[in-house]
Amino acid sequence: MSKEYKTIKTEIRLPYELAYGATWTRFFEGMQEKKIYGTKCSKCKRVLVPARSFCPRCFVDTDQWIEVSQVGTLTAWSYTNYRYFGQPVEPPFIGALIRLEGTDVDLLHLVGGFDLQNFDEVRRIVKNGMKVRAVWRDERKGHILDIRYFEPV
Amino acid sequence: MGRPVAIVGTGQTRHGRRMDVCYPELVREAVMAAFADTGIDPEDIDGVVSGTMPSMMEGVALTHFYFADAMQAAGKPILKTETCGSTGVSIAHTAYYWVASGMADLVLAVGHEKMNEGDSQATMTTVAEPFYQRFFIAGAPGVFSMQSQMWTDRYGIAEEKLRDAAAYISVTHHDSAFDNPYAHIKIKVTMDDVKNARIITYPVRLLDVCPNSDGACAVIFASEKMAKKLGRKPAWVKGVGYRGEEYYFGDSDKAVWQSAIEAAKQAYDQAGIRNPRKELDVAEVYNPFTYQEMLFYECFGFCGFGEAPDLVLKGVFGRNGELPCDPSGGTLCTNPIGATGLIRTAEAAMQVTGKAGDHQIPGARTALAHAMGGVDQFNGIIILGSEL
Repeated sequence: MSKEYKTIKTEIRLPYELAYGATWTRFFEGMQEKKIYGTKCSKCKRVLVPARSFCPRCFVDTDQWIEVSQVGTLTAWSYTNYRYFGQPVEPPFIGALIRLEGTDVDLLHLVGGFDLQNFDEVRRIVKNGMKVRAVWRDERKGHILDIRYFEPV
Repeated sequence: MGRPVAIVGTGQTRHGRRMDVCYPELVREAVMAAFADTGIDPEDIDGVVSGTMPSMMEGVALTHFYFADAMQAAGKPILKTETCGSTGVSIAHTAYYWVASGMADLVLAVGHEKMNEGDSQATMTTVAEPFYQRFFIAGAPGVFSMQSQMWTDRYGIAEEKLRDAAAYISVTHHDSAFDNPYAHIKIKVTMDDVKNARIITYPVRLLDVCPNSDGACAVIFASEKMAKKLGRKPAWVKGVGYRGEEYYFGDSDKAVWQSAIEAAKQAYDQAGIRNPRKELDVAEVYNPFTYQEMLFYECFGFCGFGEAPDLVLKGVFGRNGELPCDPSGGTLCTNPIGATGLIRTAEAAMQVTGKAGDHQIPGARTALAHAMGGVDQFNGIIILGSEL
């Protein structure tokens, strides 16, 4: 039988206050008003969402703001069915990449609005390429989860 | 390419749940094994490279200082390299660059992790910023499963075939782990066990995913002059490749994963490899998830896109196949993350020097080692050969 060795339980708690900056601030203020904002790159013409202050590819400022569609198509998804410490969304949930109409990148968010406990049912409903629409919370805080999830149209 | 560089020795810990040692003792176990394998003493080393995944995995920051004694790094230049899951290969690259530049003749590279001491997935979630991506990535399995799901859909791979291929990979790697004295998970699993295991992050099920391992690996890199002086059979570095991608997960295509494709291409170009399936004798692909392993076969040009599941089921990438992949049991059976890419490198070196023991691929002369990481963002490759 192997010996049990001593362990120490410890914890690190550190406070932070992270700056959003002007672009994220405007994006999240939009969320509070049930609007999803992107910015358009003047060089490659891509519409980026969430809004960016610069195009990651062209490295130029993106100052053209566009309110984008709240409907999109599902690019990829995964059904998360396990737990970890501090998990910000209660499992099971469906993480998804969604291409909102008129945009050129996928938005990372959740798909929901139906029973997530039964995986066979989930598998029957969720299909790549299906149309989904943003469902908003009544109480909004200027937060990415002001959109509760995207539900099948 | 700079000066020729060789790997002249490797050392690994027994990987697993290692509550019998504190973290520096674990590191020392690998370092001592590497010195014993190489036949040199710590004073012969010109510089030390160390790395981990996020240091906060174990709640201690800047662990290369914590491990200064365990790595015998006092009085020497020391570097830390940290590139998330690809850390291990990046440590190898750093040591390689150091020797290739002519600034050192012997460099000790050490990768380490003690995954059982924290909450690994909670730690990994901190790789994403806390106002957008962190809410949705669900640790490592979340993003990499989404990537696999995208790939499956892109190539219209039938679900049953895919599940069979993933199960085949899991069964064969778990079998291989029995032949690797350092491997963590040593269990016999059947196709049905894998296919019916609990869903973790669909399509990934419990036996499609790697464990949390404690482990360390040390590898010693040498200049040509030093390698010849030591007189042991070295593994020569034939090529290195590394690529990163844009930060946001939704900004780039993950089914045809450019960072994996381009990292491999860079290494192949240096090594003069045109047909990797024919010219490589063995590959240690970083495979924490069975499904993703197939995507790597395609990105590395082992086969065409969408072809991997069929070839897996034909045994092309099995121990006796055309290109054996992960004869060590791979990341799927052992994953102390900061060490894992360096373990792939050590295993590749052991293969081309004929020192892989019961999981030796007979006559292996050219081997590829790989690691990946970030929020689907980084890939690194190193190719080793038995001849200069």
